[in-house]
Amino acid sequence: MLKRTIPLFITGAAGGILILAYFSPATTNWGEVVTDWMNTLAAVAFILGGGNLLFVNLEKISSKRSGWAYALVTLLAFVVTLAFGVLKIGAVPNAQFPATPWAGDYESVRAPFGWVYEYVLSPLTATMFALLAFYVASAAFRAFRAKNIEAILLLGTAFVILLGRTAAAGILTGWISPEGPFAFLRLDTMAVNIMQYVSTAGTRAVMMGIALGIAATSLRLILGIDRSYLVND
Amino acid sequence: MSTQHTQSSTTVPHGAFIRFLATMDRRWIFLAMMLAVGMPILLKLRPPESPGPLSNATFAAIEHLPAGSRVLLSFDYDPASEGELQPMANAFVHHCASKGHKLAFMALWPLGAQKANETVNTVLKPFHPEYKLGVDYCMLGYKAGNEGVIKVIVTDLLQQYSTDASGTPLGEVPMLKGVSNIQAFDLILNVSAGYPGAKEWAQYATSAYPDAFSLLVGTTGVQSNQLYPYYPTQMKGMLVAIKGAAEYEVLVNAKYGNTPAIVAAQRMMSSREGESASENASGDTPESGVPAILQEGQRRMGPQLIAHLLMVTLIVLGNVVYFATRSKGATR
Amino acid sequence: MRRLLQICVSCVPVALSLSGMCLAQVDAPPPLTGLTVADKAGDDGRALIVHWDATTPPMQVWVSRSLGDDERKSLVRDARVDAAAKAIAAGASKAEAEAAADAAERAFGQDAERGWTFVGITESADGVSGFELSDLPEAAQGFRVRAQASRDGVRSSAVESAQPVVTESSAFFSARFPLMVGLAVLTITIGICVRSAQRGNIPRLRKIAALDAFDEAVGRATEMGRSVLFIPGIQDMTDIQTVAGLTVLSRVARTTAEYDATLEVPTTRSLVMTAARETVQSAHFAVHRPESYRPDLINYITDEQFGYVAYVAGKMVREKPATCFYMGAFYAESLLFAETGNSIGAIQIGGTAEPSQLPFFVAACDYTLIGEEFFAASAYLSGEPAQLGSIRGQDIGKLIAAVIVVLGTALATVGAFAPEGSAAAAATWIVGALS
Repeated sequence: MLKRTIPLFITGAAGGILILAYFSPATTNWGEVVTDWMNTLAAVAFILGGGNLLFVNLEKISSKRSGWAYALVTLLAFVVTLAFGVLKIGAVPNAQFPATPWAGDYESVRAPFGWVYEYVLSPLTATMFALLAFYVASAAFRAFRAKNIEAILLLGTAFVILLGRTAAAGILTGWISPEGPFAFLRLDTMAVNIMQYVSTAGTRAVMMGIALGIAATSLRLILGIDRSYLVND
Repeated sequence: MSTQHTQSSTTVPHGAFIRFLATMDRRWIFLAMMLAVGMPILLKLRPPESPGPLSNATFAAIEHLPAGSRVLLSFDYDPASEGELQPMANAFVHHCASKGHKLAFMALWPLGAQKANETVNTVLKPFHPEYKLGVDYCMLGYKAGNEGVIKVIVTDLLQQYSTDASGTPLGEVPMLKGVSNIQAFDLILNVSAGYPGAKEWAQYATSAYPDAFSLLVGTTGVQSNQLYPYYPTQMKGMLVAIKGAAEYEVLVNAKYGNTPAIVAAQRMMSSREGESASENASGDTPESGVPAILQEGQRRMGPQLIAHLLMVTLIVLGNVVYFATRSKGATR
Repeated sequence: MRRLLQICVSCVPVALSLSGMCLAQVDAPPPLTGLTVADKAGDDGRALIVHWDATTPPMQVWVSRSLGDDERKSLVRDARVDAAAKAIAAGASKAEAEAAADAAERAFGQDAERGWTFVGITESADGVSGFELSDLPEAAQGFRVRAQASRDGVRSSAVESAQPVVTESSAFFSARFPLMVGLAVLTITIGICVRSAQRGNIPRLRKIAALDAFDEAVGRATEMGRSVLFIPGIQDMTDIQTVAGLTVLSRVARTTAEYDATLEVPTTRSLVMTAARETVQSAHFAVHRPESYRPDLINYITDEQFGYVAYVAGKMVREKPATCFYMGAFYAESLLFAETGNSIGAIQIGGTAEPSQLPFFVAACDYTLIGEEFFAASAYLSGEPAQLGSIRGQDIGKLIAAVIVVLGTALATVGAFAPEGSAAAAATWIVGALS
């Protein structure tokens, strides 16, 4: 009862209310109430998440499990950044209220929190993102093989887009007049046309399938047809 | 590092080169990519750029606004996509300021507000010192709520932003006097790395109020496919990835790259920081006199060109290995 | 000379006033005529439709509306607080501050202009002479509207609506009616197919290689004595992809529990961690192995996208899981995960509904669930008649959508050659009904 019926009822009621709220003005407020509850739950769960992070890493350090040094770095970064942000340590004083440290600007690069963001988080984030360039090259080398007609089409499209988005397009096909009847053969024009028409059409078809999949999955959950996430009695 | 060979399940063919390719450690590819990106930067390779229709439309939309028009800039990205989007953000701000437009900066991404501050500090303040906070530009800051924020500020700006980022009531910000919603702006410029971003601005701002303002977008390459359907109806212009930024920079710099204000700013920088600063401030082609920060997009096209050529080469080599392996298998 | 100067000086105000009159006469557009205001039907009672007679030549129209009750109260309260704060800052006593607040409230009431709020500017020309005033603060209240024509920055005198118009809330949003019908059709279709499947008419689904590989992938991890890594995307439980990912996790967790393999689930959201724990625990109960459930393997890492990537990639390189599942909403991290997994020789199965990330999974994973396949995975894996029936219902929905697309495209194409014909009108009707 507690493990199946009540969760099923909550799922069905919340889903039903949100659908109704979208179509009927009279129930819009109900939908907002459901969303508020969801946000409240998420906020409580955040404390759970923070606690979990602390617990898992402390446990790893105390038992000296493999990789405990990483856990130490994680914990230190977590606690120090949290303290800088929550306690506004070293915040730049507010010109209007210089005597009130809590009114200070803690996001400025002159404050520790802003400094951590600017000189630690930003470069680290950009570095992780930059790894994509290396991984894309490695994936391209391995995956783009002319195994069949479809793969050859894919390969040709990749060439056009890769060259069409750089100056190579001008060097290779710049001699074709952009106003002439063969303008569509210019690599840059072909790249734009492929992205604007061919790729967009394909994306839309995938999106329609996805939209129906989302609707069907939601209905399965709301109507209790899919109960795989519940504990069996 | 453990390596995954490309043809692990098939027989490795004869021929030293093919054998090397077939069993190549992927770190060789990483090294090649590092050189493909690094060498053009060191050698200052800058391929020529000719603006395409999207960049021309974007430039024209800002250029044809009357001087002093109100422009809302929403910086919806973070440091991760800065490499792709910051050059166009810089160019947008420089172009708008050169035209004398009033600029309001906001963000739907938490770290977007910092990117806006950074752009103001590195572009607006040095090259447009006449711009005064509150009078010519204002910082509205980040607002949580994704597309919900757009839906509200389209009709009621004060409901979301009762004050600007520094806590000044919006009614006391001179450039926003009489502004009750963003329909009072003539143009929205959105620099977008994903959700929430360009798609949401198109759906909830320009689709709902097509006559109220125009929307111009600068976006990452990966999400551009999903935005093409909105051009040119809901979006009057679109800059796609670093290529779009480079093309737009060419247009902006041709007209506003070497204005007296910029020359004065560069002179001041070089006198303050010495010769090294002068080198940093001016472009890679010193004779152009255009600050380097306003040519970032063009500078990054060099590495992009070589990296793309490397990718094409890798794909070709991958297929050489594939066919060599297949023909070997067929012979047997 | 002096007299001449006096004449000139005395003439200046006259000349200025005359030129001002001339400017006003020349530049100010005539006031709008025929201003009407009506409640918008089929909405939540928070929109008005404003109309005026078409203007020639085209010009801008500035629209304002009267304040709602709550708005007025809020503004009065702000005015009182402002006045009291200023008085206290100037050294006034509490009584004096109260008096200042009262005076501010009286001044607010006496200033007729403060009873209005500016709404927006619209272009007015032949054929376009209306404005939808949406997002009113409250429903079921009377609102008045004021409009001014504007040309070259000079505005005409204001025209106000005669009577306040009281807005009414409808039972349903009429603009969303087509979507409601679509949802109803889909729900009924799925319902019929589910009933039909429960009675024994179970649909036969085509083989989906990625789903058939699940057992093999987990079995491989067990044989190698390595762990199975499951990434449920980087979005919260509000994203349906995360929910779909967790339903797949349920199946993976059952298999790992049966095989006694180690399943690790690092998450980016606290709520996802909680839900994943529930899901995995229920899977262990389902196969009667509750003792092998380990909650410490399902952890919250960080909300920060690339912080999470760094953790997971590091874990993959250090611990070398034999099998990696990526099921949920992914963005730029998709290729970083998949390539790292590839480099350690793991079997990888990806599934997402993010169109921009699908190519990366296809290129780097061994198997990929593309879009709708991902949502059908849970039903496919369960083998339950009811769930399989729902997939048939979903397919019928797709067929209906495809028919509408083909029909609309054909009509629009024919209509492009004959803009006045019935095909063009039909295409316009379809677009209007669906948008």
